[in-house]
Amino acid sequence: MAKSFRGGVHPDDRKRYTASKPIEIAPIPEKVIIPVRQHIGAPCSPIVKVGDLIKKGQVIAEAQAFVSSPIHASTSGKVVELAEYPHPVFGACMSVVIESDGQDEWVEGLPLQRDWKTLEAAEIKEIIRQTGMVGMGGATFPTHVKMAPPAEKPIHTFILNAAECEPFLTADHRVMLEQSERIVTGMQIAMKVLGVSKGYIGIEENKPDAIAVMNKACTGIAEIEVVPLQTKYPQGAEKTLIGVICGTDVPSGGLPMDVGVVVQNVGTVVAIADAVEKGIPLIERVTTVTGGAIAQPKNLLLRIGTTFAQAVALCGGFTEVPVKVIMGGPMMGMAQRTLDVPIIKGTSGILALSEADVNIGPERPCIRCGRCVEACPMGLVPSMLSILAERNAYSVAKEEYDLLDCVECGSCVYVCPAKRNIVHYIKLSKAQNAAMAAKK
Amino acid sequence: MSIEAKTKIEIDNLMVSASPHIRCDESISKIMWSVNAALAPAALFSIFNFGMPAFVNLVICIVAAVVTEYLILKWQNKPMVIGDGSAFLTGLLLAMNIPATLPWYMPLTGSIFAIAVAKHTMGGLGFNIFNPALIGRAFILASWPIAMTTWPISRDMVGKVDGLTSATPLGILKLQGYEKLVASFGDQATMYKSLFLGERAGSMGETSAILLLLGGIYLIYKGYIKWQVPIVMIGTVGALTAAFGGDPLLHMMSGGLILGAFYMATDMVTIPITTKGQIIFAIGAGALTVLIRLQGGYPEGVCYAILLMNCVTPLIDRLVRPVKYGARR
Repeated sequence: MAKSFRGGVHPDDRKRYTASKPIEIAPIPEKVIIPVRQHIGAPCSPIVKVGDLIKKGQVIAEAQAFVSSPIHASTSGKVVELAEYPHPVFGACMSVVIESDGQDEWVEGLPLQRDWKTLEAAEIKEIIRQTGMVGMGGATFPTHVKMAPPAEKPIHTFILNAAECEPFLTADHRVMLEQSERIVTGMQIAMKVLGVSKGYIGIEENKPDAIAVMNKACTGIAEIEVVPLQTKYPQGAEKTLIGVICGTDVPSGGLPMDVGVVVQNVGTVVAIADAVEKGIPLIERVTTVTGGAIAQPKNLLLRIGTTFAQAVALCGGFTEVPVKVIMGGPMMGMAQRTLDVPIIKGTSGILALSEADVNIGPERPCIRCGRCVEACPMGLVPSMLSILAERNAYSVAKEEYDLLDCVECGSCVYVCPAKRNIVHYIKLSKAQNAAMAAKK
Repeated sequence: MSIEAKTKIEIDNLMVSASPHIRCDESISKIMWSVNAALAPAALFSIFNFGMPAFVNLVICIVAAVVTEYLILKWQNKPMVIGDGSAFLTGLLLAMNIPATLPWYMPLTGSIFAIAVAKHTMGGLGFNIFNPALIGRAFILASWPIAMTTWPISRDMVGKVDGLTSATPLGILKLQGYEKLVASFGDQATMYKSLFLGERAGSMGETSAILLLLGGIYLIYKGYIKWQVPIVMIGTVGALTAAFGGDPLLHMMSGGLILGAFYMATDMVTIPITTKGQIIFAIGAGALTVLIRLQGGYPEGVCYAILLMNCVTPLIDRLVRPVKYGARR
């Protein structure tokens, strides 16, 4: 029996469009738009000027703070513009626009060859920082920060989040099938940095081939164990994943490190392996381009800075006018207003959803059916949170209904027969509470 | 215009909203119409059982409920949602809770009261504290107590009893005692059988235990009601009746208990939101039913029992919360 958690939902996963399609290497775009902020934390400052000739892998924006991550050129060419461009997460962001010279030439010294076993943990941590590693599942938290927990929080377990519970997305699935060895190497490196001896790979049961491949890749490596998980959303939400695999829940308001766990995404550990063994910075990633409105859904290896429009064109364009275009999965991804936004380090998917996919419908009053309460993996009362937000009772939501424990997984909205935008209300309430706290 | 050209133009109209971006295909209409469908066999049986008057009252209740809701929504400039089946359901449930012989203006008034006062003065669907159909029934009972306790005999009883009306089994039990009640059916086995199949006097839709059960099982299967609620409520009635020396089987199958337990103690708007809270609600409703039946002035207590528990629903919801992540180990 696969492990599972309380609550959750079972949407049609619709991974069938791309699950069997090997990762396709996208051609180098003529132009890339690289935002200087692709992570949670402080933005970087550009260190190149218009007219500069630059090489692939060269640092183009430097991190100024600890919780930040440098940005590298994803191909060689000329900097033609430094300007605000649409950004998939932050609305607009200072971006470095590079016109490709078609040579795709590496910066001097890259790629190199290095044996990670000979490196000290501190050296690896510095490599991870310098190569711009961030969580590639979507949250984009700088990896070097996650890998440097404070001394009073000893880490004993590493979890590779390979659940990929979001419908539609198959990027991690394909990476597991095609690069299982790299995943294991990346995991071993991460475990060495953290000094942990136990690692788990949590994979949903709807990917039996990935479970088999990863099991094979782990044979003879006693410290890594593959854990099949029940196919249920949000199996891959950090808190539920830790609860399921370790049997310990992250305390309210706490972080995984509070229970001695670090969780990383599949793409991230592969990037770590490349960074440490070859010196390659994070300049490309596997992204699933799919959805009911996409002509030929694919898993693409895309350069950071490729626009959504270019990625969609590589997949044969649209078959119908999309109602929504999403960065990430359909449950937690972000709706985009334009296709001119670039792929960033956290772009796990591009979804073009058709009218039939979204099923929005007019919002009705809550009929207290309780489906959201049953679906909530955090054990909250989502219906009440939405009603309190409608009444502007934001502080009541926080103090009496545990607003801040919501992980915004969207399960409540998915099951709501009244089509209530509960997560919208919750985000609003959190923002209002933050604003009230700032005023004090 | 080619699809590419069309895409170029309309791509500027992308919808931007908070996640998630997909939803299941449940809706309020689906739930409400499913409950209506679940009630349909018992409603049709009432026409078969009590004839034309039952049909007339069904139509009056439903039409009055839907028209009242239409007028109120129109007057208040609210979204026109009469098609969602909830007003229809209130009308249907009210009809099933009254005697078939009620003169037309009584169900009409009751139905208008249920929708206008019990539902819309509270703010409409989702905001009402009390089950509107039960408020409608209580309103008619308070206004015309004699008409509401004069029960037509069912098709099967013709020739077996004198006259055209008869007390309900619970009424006979209250006034004449258990022996008389058994005697009115012939023997105990016949009594149970008649109660189960619906061959008895009573409100239009409450008589057939079997058809109500079938509809209830359908709703449990669809996930629209939780099995715990009717089982616990009916079980509480059986257990308490037995404890006080009554006939549990008789009490579990008679009156409006099965109708109430499956279709009104499960009305999601007016009962607690957690399963645990709903079980508390069901125990309370069952206990109050027995209290009224055995100790109160009325022979039947399901309606008031559920209404009284509706009052404490907000309180139950405040006190009974789901188990939070992190608190379960």
